[in-house]
Amino acid sequence: MTKRTIVTDYLARVEGEGAMTVKLDGDRVEHVELRIFEPPRFFEAFLRGRSFTEPPDITARICGICPVAYQTSAVNAIERLCGVEVPEPIRLLRRLLYCGEWIESHALHVYMLHAPDFLGYDSAIELARDAPAAVERGLALKRTGNDVMTLVGGREIHPINVRVGGFYCVPTRRELRALVEPLERAREAALETVRWTAGFDFPERVVDCDLVALTQPDEYAIERGRIRSSSGLDLAPAEYDEHFEEIHVERSNALQSQLRGGGTYLCGPLARYSLASGELSPLAREAAAEAGLGEECRDAFRSIVVRSVELVHACDESLRIIDAYDAPERPAEPVEPVAGTGYGVSEAPRGLLYHRYRLDADGTILDAKIVPPTSQNQLAIEDDLRDVVARNTRLDDDALRALCEQTIRNYDPCISCATHFLDLEVERR
Amino acid sequence: MSGKPSLAVWKFASCDGCQLTLLDLEDELLPLANAIDIADFREATSAVAAGPYDLSLVEGSITTPHDAERIQEIRSASKALVTIGACATSGGIQALRNFADVDEFTRIVYASPQYISTLATSTPIAAHVPVDFELRGCPIDKRQLLEVVTAFLHGRRPGIPATSVCTECKRRGVVCVMVAHGTPCLGPVTQAGCNALCPSYDRGCFGCFGPMETPNTGALVPLLRRLGRSDDDVQRLFRTFNAGAEPFQKAATHD
Repeated sequence: MTKRTIVTDYLARVEGEGAMTVKLDGDRVEHVELRIFEPPRFFEAFLRGRSFTEPPDITARICGICPVAYQTSAVNAIERLCGVEVPEPIRLLRRLLYCGEWIESHALHVYMLHAPDFLGYDSAIELARDAPAAVERGLALKRTGNDVMTLVGGREIHPINVRVGGFYCVPTRRELRALVEPLERAREAALETVRWTAGFDFPERVVDCDLVALTQPDEYAIERGRIRSSSGLDLAPAEYDEHFEEIHVERSNALQSQLRGGGTYLCGPLARYSLASGELSPLAREAAAEAGLGEECRDAFRSIVVRSVELVHACDESLRIIDAYDAPERPAEPVEPVAGTGYGVSEAPRGLLYHRYRLDADGTILDAKIVPPTSQNQLAIEDDLRDVVARNTRLDDDALRALCEQTIRNYDPCISCATHFLDLEVERR
Repeated sequence: MSGKPSLAVWKFASCDGCQLTLLDLEDELLPLANAIDIADFREATSAVAAGPYDLSLVEGSITTPHDAERIQEIRSASKALVTIGACATSGGIQALRNFADVDEFTRIVYASPQYISTLATSTPIAAHVPVDFELRGCPIDKRQLLEVVTAFLHGRRPGIPATSVCTECKRRGVVCVMVAHGTPCLGPVTQAGCNALCPSYDRGCFGCFGPMETPNTGALVPLLRRLGRSDDDVQRLFRTFNAGAEPFQKAATHD
């Protein structure tokens, strides 16, 4: 039997630096690994000694693609500890800002990072030469997401307007109304995106691990919720550490999460959709049904369709929030520090993001813990890769490498986030 | 080859936000891609062309022995090299390790510190290789990025002002948050480029674009103290995304 090694030493079209190695002995998969060589940046270490007001600005810098997720989980944790619940208009503005990030991040992933795999192109820029209308549609969608973030947050990357207790400055009703027309166009583009991606060819691949996502009664959880799993967990954010743990393996600058005592789980669009598709907007549910999605979707390759459905929902939800918006009386609630430990969660575009801060009485951070979605998904991605390789050993090295890379992109890994995360090597012997 | 100028985008320790800024040029991206050859830009394309490159954009700071070698190779393959963002230009937020014990940092974050290969410091690209232009910001501003790329591809100096955020407030007619509201603000010592974003949102500048040319931090620090900020508060204000920039280092430790 021939032994072979297939290697991708720098994965493209993902956020951050990672690599993959697959070792094969004939039809037997000897070894699969995702290596994360993105250098460590030590956020949890240098948060110690900082003020409780600083995490929204500092942790945003973990990720340029999903800064609002970091800001939201951070303020959730600190406000909960300090006994502050922000008024409903502030919560809804935060949800609107977060919808902007979902639209920006999902449009980036669907059109620029993932669709080229299904259509046989190296990039969206190559794809644009043959299908300019599709790529322009994706870019327009992405821009609308960025416009929402810019208006509410000040700018699209590392927004400056989020603070513990609320915002520095809140928009007027009239300022928000300017987003209605672009969002209505974006919603049409999102519906077209669902139809477009639903027509791709999908290799069969069912994810059979536990699914974990936030849920919230009567809404598709984004900026708040309880942690639920397909196996029946139903947890407050403060109970996260009792049920999930991080392990450190040699090949990775990212910590990997598992259920305590062992057990792989997956968070992100498939988990959210499977646990709460009934909470999507009527239009998003209709688009999902037309695309052939059931109430659950465990098909990893169809994650691109689920992301597109979430695009419809995020546009709908943005329009709903803007329509009902009444500016809050003041932009922020006063927050006095309280000694103790605060826990915060939210649904980043690629999955559950957990923050924990321990403060002393004057608000100095004594300890911080941040668990990004890609750390939580890393074991599930490796399991999936192992299975995809085992079923496709007849493919030549180039075809197998391309399939492996596409498999990894199904999960929209954010390696910059996970480092505290990836090289594709396939070795055949 | 097409005869069009070639562009490469490289990443070191960073959040990906500055290279994302290139993809955030939604209206200009496709025309730009027609005017140049994108030779190497891993976040956007799997297609990779060998150097040399007419213009390399470098994001991120140097924090590992391997990256210290990689930047040398990139420099020698690039006609012009431009750093984009606070990490590449001053070491970024991860330069906070420069004022601490990195072994302890590793032990705080990782269960098995022996698996981690890292340098004791996070340093800007210019500490390792000659840099042709440094574009500031955490993140960079997309209009400024477009100006820099256009300027380099046409062989002219980019028109990027090195004045302070104060000049942008004055130009926009934004009321001074420090004078009018007593809000601590780094605007007087921070380079322009954000169009006075924070003051226009009723917030003090927190220094994303790093120190301006010849900043008078010696005059600002006593003012911050008079607004009730402690030594620790002042130090934290200067020690964020551009903590490694020399004028901010000095301001963080001296009155």
